[in-house]
Amino acid sequence: MFLQLFDIIFYFFATVTLISAGIVVFSKNIVRSAFSLVFTFFGIAGLYVLLNADFVAVAQLFVYVGGILVLLLFAVMLTQKISNLQMKITTLHPIIAIILVASLIGVLCGIVRMNDWRIITISEIPQSTAQSIGKALITTHILPFEIISVILLVAIIGAAMLARKSEKKS
Amino acid sequence: MITLHHFLFVSIILFGLGVYAVLTRRNAVMVLMGIELILNAANLNFVAFSRYGGLKLDGQMFALFVIILAAAEAAVALAIILNIYQRFNTINVDDVDTLKE
Repeated sequence: MFLQLFDIIFYFFATVTLISAGIVVFSKNIVRSAFSLVFTFFGIAGLYVLLNADFVAVAQLFVYVGGILVLLLFAVMLTQKISNLQMKITTLHPIIAIILVASLIGVLCGIVRMNDWRIITISEIPQSTAQSIGKALITTHILPFEIISVILLVAIIGAAMLARKSEKKS
Repeated sequence: MITLHHFLFVSIILFGLGVYAVLTRRNAVMVLMGIELILNAANLNFVAFSRYGGLKLDGQMFALFVIILAAAEAAVALAIILNIYQRFNTINVDDVDTLKE
């Protein structure tokens, strides 16, 4: 019964993720693409929860839906001409790209099917991962944690510098 | 019964869609969205292997770092796109092909 429920939830989130990702990629309207990206991120967060990664799922929701998506929408709105209301986007060489991507997906799926993955089944009820992630961040993973904080600071300062309008010396 | 394979298939299709967006779209913001899809596919792989491969938390830690890097990348990319738009008045990646005015 538990496994059946797991399967149903998995297929639900996988369908949501893939259909909305398809809309993101194939939609002609860029605003529709951006909004459909919300559902992709939500679906992936659901898949994380199914994989016992509750903290990563919440981080995904905060950072992607709350941060990156808003940035993307700002980018869309700041870079389209107001008079040009259609916001259409053109594509280039779609047929070649479809052939390439289809063969790429085929090869990767073949590799996954052929490989004999060593799968470890966990029978115990999953615990919350927030506490152990917090401990790992300040013990075993302290170096990448510090490096990534510096990178984030540098990126934010750099972005603010770049986006500021340069004062022209006329 | 859902196992590792199902998650890997979802991740592969997501990756393919992201690559398609990067290859075909001329709008720089759409290219960015494709990159986000690719990063998400990689993240899903990390978490799936962390769950089924007995890696304990290492995969999830890596996924967290990737999420943070994606945030930094999106911020810098937005700033660059705004600069390109101010200078060239377009964000079509085909038209932006000069290094110096």
